[in-house]
Amino acid sequence: MNRTPKTSESLVISRLFATFARCAFAGALTIAAAAPAFAEEPPTNGGAITFALSPEPPFVLTSINTTLQMGIVGSKIMEPLMALGVDLEMRPVLATSWEISPDGLTYTFHLREGVTWHDGEPFTSADVQFTIMDVLKKLHPRGRSAFAKVTAVETPDEHTAILKLSEPAPPLLVALASGYEAPMTPKHVFGGTDIPANPAINQPIGTGPFVFKEWEKGNYILLEKNPDYWDAGKPHLDRIVFRIINDASARAAGLESGEIDIAGLSPVPLTDMVRLQDDPDLTITTDGYAYMSPFMLMEVNTRKPPLDDRRVRQAIAYAVNRDLMTKIVWMGYGKPATSPIPSPVEAFHAAEGTIPAYPYDTAKAEALLDEAGYPMKGGKRFSITIDPIPLGTDYVRTAEFIKQQLGKVGIDASIRSQDLPTFFKRVYTDYDFDIDSLYYGAFADPTQGVQRLFWSKSIQPGVVYSNPTGYANPEMDRLLEAAQSENDPEKRKALYLDMQALAMTDLSVIPLMETRFATIASAKLKNHTITADGVIGGSFADAYLIAD
Amino acid sequence: MTMPITSPDLTLKEKARAAFSRLPVPAGVRFVAGRLVRAIPLLFAVVLFNFALLQLAPGDAAEVLAGESGSATAEYLADLKARFGLDQPVHVQLANYVWRLVQLDLGFSFRHNEPVLDLLLGRLPATLLLMISSVVLAVAVGALLGVLAASRVNSWRDNLISVFAMLSFATPVFWLGLMMIVLFSVNLGWLPSSGMASIAAGYTGIDAVLDVARHMVMPVVTLAMFYVAIYTRVMRAAMLEVFNQDYVTTARAKGLSQRRITWRHVVRNALLPLTTLLGVQIGTMLGGSVLVETVFSWPGLGRLAFEAVYQRDVNLLLGILLMCSVLVVVTNILVDLAYTRLDPRIRIR
Repeated sequence: MNRTPKTSESLVISRLFATFARCAFAGALTIAAAAPAFAEEPPTNGGAITFALSPEPPFVLTSINTTLQMGIVGSKIMEPLMALGVDLEMRPVLATSWEISPDGLTYTFHLREGVTWHDGEPFTSADVQFTIMDVLKKLHPRGRSAFAKVTAVETPDEHTAILKLSEPAPPLLVALASGYEAPMTPKHVFGGTDIPANPAINQPIGTGPFVFKEWEKGNYILLEKNPDYWDAGKPHLDRIVFRIINDASARAAGLESGEIDIAGLSPVPLTDMVRLQDDPDLTITTDGYAYMSPFMLMEVNTRKPPLDDRRVRQAIAYAVNRDLMTKIVWMGYGKPATSPIPSPVEAFHAAEGTIPAYPYDTAKAEALLDEAGYPMKGGKRFSITIDPIPLGTDYVRTAEFIKQQLGKVGIDASIRSQDLPTFFKRVYTDYDFDIDSLYYGAFADPTQGVQRLFWSKSIQPGVVYSNPTGYANPEMDRLLEAAQSENDPEKRKALYLDMQALAMTDLSVIPLMETRFATIASAKLKNHTITADGVIGGSFADAYLIAD
Repeated sequence: MTMPITSPDLTLKEKARAAFSRLPVPAGVRFVAGRLVRAIPLLFAVVLFNFALLQLAPGDAAEVLAGESGSATAEYLADLKARFGLDQPVHVQLANYVWRLVQLDLGFSFRHNEPVLDLLLGRLPATLLLMISSVVLAVAVGALLGVLAASRVNSWRDNLISVFAMLSFATPVFWLGLMMIVLFSVNLGWLPSSGMASIAAGYTGIDAVLDVARHMVMPVVTLAMFYVAIYTRVMRAAMLEVFNQDYVTTARAKGLSQRRITWRHVVRNALLPLTTLLGVQIGTMLGGSVLVETVFSWPGLGRLAFEAVYQRDVNLLLGILLMCSVLVVVTNILVDLAYTRLDPRIRIR
């Protein structure tokens, strides 16, 4: 049982990229099956668990929509080819083994035999071909870029799928190794149809350990044990109920009263977390979020004065005490950020001292502001507005903390509150903001999560989470574009180190904190988080309840 | 335009009304039909107004969906917008909506991936159960407390009831709900903290009814509390006013007992203001139920409406608002009919 935030993310990602290096550049290599790690006592069978979910997903099919809550439900029903364990290895799921050609242009997947979809149809290489070429590559929000270099999927027999690439794409395996990011999608159900309009997205069919039973909108989603699951003896649980509980206090009460067995993505306000930490019937873990690597940042609108001046942005970075923010506002559920590529992404993260840093220093902040031509007049230099993302009290408290800190160096900040659609429109369509504060998923590869923040071609009005700062620097574009298609991991890392140095100089984005999301669960529920994508992408095939 | 020669003193409208009144229909039916016909332009105005209001809200359903996904590309957003019909100009969107409405089609909720009508009908029973139970509880308790308070004005009983009414009026609904959860679910473990029924528990018959009843206790009491306070105050004031009427003095002079005067003569007349208030409030109760439904995760319409606002689910929201308008119109008609039962002096015309 662990009650304090802990991290094994960095290890996961670094080991992962070591695996890539071996696969892609050291020649053909077959990865053998690795058995998942179990807790000491043998798992018991039976029992039902209740999972608190919020907000309710519109449907369940994460191969076309990457809402995290949809992943939480879908990953129990539909499975990926491989999974990425918190025990640091690529694990086989629907693919039993795979080879990558020395030139990195051919990926061969050997599929598990005897796997059937929940409706009895066999799972074959045609489903893999359909999922990658017709679903992920065409409809998945990140898949369009992740699978851009896949030109064809060949199916020499029912249990072999061969991916053909136009160029090497090192992050490809990661993109396939999650039940959330790349669930195999049945061709016999969706093939030849308009998938988003196909009613089957409301009654998902997969190969996974749990079968979709019923969905009472606004109330619950019920899954039952798949009696014909390919991994004999699993799953251990008979039933999973996803209850839609949108009120954070109600979720906390449900966890405390034992009506809810598990909830993810920091389901209760941090102010309630203190109380829940002391509850002997609950466990809290921050594992299982490495796959998305969330981090908090401030996006600065560089279009208008005074924020168009780099010195002002640097002054703001000096003025905000990130250590204190992590301790006070986030109660330790985080780590102060020093770079836009967070430390869990160890293969690319710039170590301290190698790039410009902004330790808390109000004197430096004030000097920079004086130098930029904003002297203190009557205890104030200028006024700005902060737009915290309206995702609950933790984000409002963050903005309040920043306001306090900026006030000390003479920047008068006011906090604006609004609802989520208004926030998105203001920041990503109208660019009518000064500074916002929110979190991004950095993901395991910077091309996936970080590039969109800095690339000038990502300035696309109306596209959420896509460079709203107006930052356009040809040197930055050159580094990002070179890194995107660089095959040599060493050169690629060097490009990203330069990119981070430039990003931390220009500061169109001020990194605040690497977020540690928490999963809160009943102490009786074991093995709920055994993959890098945690409850979002894990199948719960190994999860079980210990007897009273 | 020239006036008709035959009956220069009657306008077309008056003639129509006269013709209508000669039809062999009971006055009650005529009254209800007339009110319903007059409600149509009102409902149309409500739709137009709501549509315009929702256009003022920044952002749209596609951006919210993409935002919740945590990532998007321009193509992905364009796909979503085209699918939701958001790429059309506003007037075309409105025309499409009204045209569908004329065919009694409330449209499709892209957020919930279900026709709006199905969603509404699916949630309506839960909301009606919550609302009707709360109204019945609030009216019963409120009227009773009002009568008790008024029958001994300024006694300790009256003061106690007044203090109770003020307290429950001043207590925020969500806070009361949360405190009840903390006490009865977390600490005592007597009642379930949320939901409407135990899921997949396999209850049938009386067990299923009891299960729902257990889930109902806290939401119903929470929602009723606020209204109990209002009804108590209104009932008390109305009772005191009626007590001063001449006919009450007459009744006393006749030698009727205080109990008989109170219950037989005064309460009945004092119920009129309460009925008026009830009619107005049933419509607004949906607003109060938003909070209660959210706190207790009650799968009703209030929460659906609340979430639809945040999700910019325009079709769904318009559908809910339209349904509420219909509900208000219907309740008002029922209240008017109730007046005639309570007070024979009031007649339908």
